[in-house]
Amino acid sequence: MDIPRHWRLQRQRYALVGEVCKKCGARLFPPRDVCPQCSQPAYEPFQFSGKGKVYSYSTLYQAPAGYEQFVPYTVALVQLDEGPLVTAQLTDVDQDEIQIGMPVEMVTRKLREEGEDGLIIYGYKFRKQPAEAA
Amino acid sequence: MRMLEESHTERGNFKPIREVGIVGYGAYVPRYRLPGTEVDRVWTDGRGGSPIKEKAVPGPDEDTATMSIEAARNALARARVNPTEIRAVWVGSESHPYAVKPTSTIVAEAIGAVPNTLAADWEFACKAGTEAFQAAMALVGSGMADYALAIGADTAQGRPGDALEYTAGAASTAFILGPAEEALATIEASCSYVTDTPDFFRRPYQHYPQHGHRFTGEPAYFKHILAAARQLLESLGADAGDYAAAVFHQPNPKFPEQAARALGFKPEQTRIGLLCPVVGNAYASSALLGLTAILDEAQPGDRVLLVSYGSGAGSDAISLRVTDKIDECRDRAPRTRAYIERRKPIDYGIYVRYRQKLHMH
Ligand SMILES: [Zn+2]
Repeated sequence: MDIPRHWRLQRQRYALVGEVCKKCGARLFPPRDVCPQCSQPAYEPFQFSGKGKVYSYSTLYQAPAGYEQFVPYTVALVQLDEGPLVTAQLTDVDQDEIQIGMPVEMVTRKLREEGEDGLIIYGYKFRKQPAEAA
Repeated sequence: MRMLEESHTERGNFKPIREVGIVGYGAYVPRYRLPGTEVDRVWTDGRGGSPIKEKAVPGPDEDTATMSIEAARNALARARVNPTEIRAVWVGSESHPYAVKPTSTIVAEAIGAVPNTLAADWEFACKAGTEAFQAAMALVGSGMADYALAIGADTAQGRPGDALEYTAGAASTAFILGPAEEALATIEASCSYVTDTPDFFRRPYQHYPQHGHRFTGEPAYFKHILAAARQLLESLGADAGDYAAAVFHQPNPKFPEQAARALGFKPEQTRIGLLCPVVGNAYASSALLGLTAILDEAQPGDRVLLVSYGSGAGSDAISLRVTDKIDECRDRAPRTRAYIERRKPIDYGIYVRYRQKLHMH
């Protein structure tokens, strides 16, 4: 992927920054500038709390190029506490403890490396919330 | 002349004109642990013993940047400072993910401190974190900024089979320095003691460092730690008995215990901050991680002494006084103990895979 594209996506990918609709209050992720609820323009940045629950998941044993070092890993659809669903890798979790409804929290991790001499791509993943905070 | 007198520089110590303190602190320890018995099993058939119980190991998707980000977020949660008011993001480490390209800009972007901030990476072996800390202290102390973020973070590597492999650990710590009136701990003064000492080094393009074995103790670690600590204590008119807690750089559990004893500290003063046995040597975060654990349990009015050590060589000694703000701030983010207790032991095979020591050819 080209370097300018990575650069534009950084804010949303490093820190789960989306948008909020000033008209109806809907929180948008990923940012798309138009509210899906009321079709009004929504440009106001919104910092998500990063807390959510596993909505569904799938474990991969064969990885696409650039992700080989992480297998096996689980990609989950996470429902954020503020509403939106996001797709992300789970991290720091044992495969046998993952379940639907498991409370998770966002962390920023390495998504992949573009070879030994290329960019390191960072972005959000989710890990199990510690028991005392869940 | 007025400035000289007020800043106490005549004694070789640092004390800014404007009073400065820690307004937020945060720690991070990765989840994986390599028991010392595993290294021992693979390299000495279980006969060598290990200087520590276990060390923290980063997962395959972690590096100094990601670990710095989590510690920085914890510091921000405790400080409740708007990230755009942070005017410096400084990361001290010897394991930056890029050879050219700052870790600090990645961290600044992730926490929302961009674009009007200083950002740079600091290097001085295991002293890089306290070097950044003192620079942040100066930036705030001069009035150039209200808030500055100093981070120490490392994912240290030892050559397989080397003595370092038992202890080379990983952790990160972040400190937001700000005006003393807002601080959970104020800085009384600091002192640096530096000489050209070749006890430990790594040349460019080399994965693993060289170390001077017997040369590392007396003329390196102890000389610098004790000199920085003694000079600071003397200038403050203080001694070990005035401190609730002290923490020293921890390449192994023995060195900091000996240094503490030489300075007159009792084991109960160093107990909370001595994390090497369960985390390993966290390099730029070693003494600073101990400081976060001490702050997690400190009482208002407590004095805390921190002394770092970096090979090459030098020590930074910093004297702090905890304020009554500590009680409201400390539980806004996970305690260092909570990270240490969130652990998953791994064997040597998984360790080799996670740390990418396996070459596929
Ligand atoms: Zn709307």
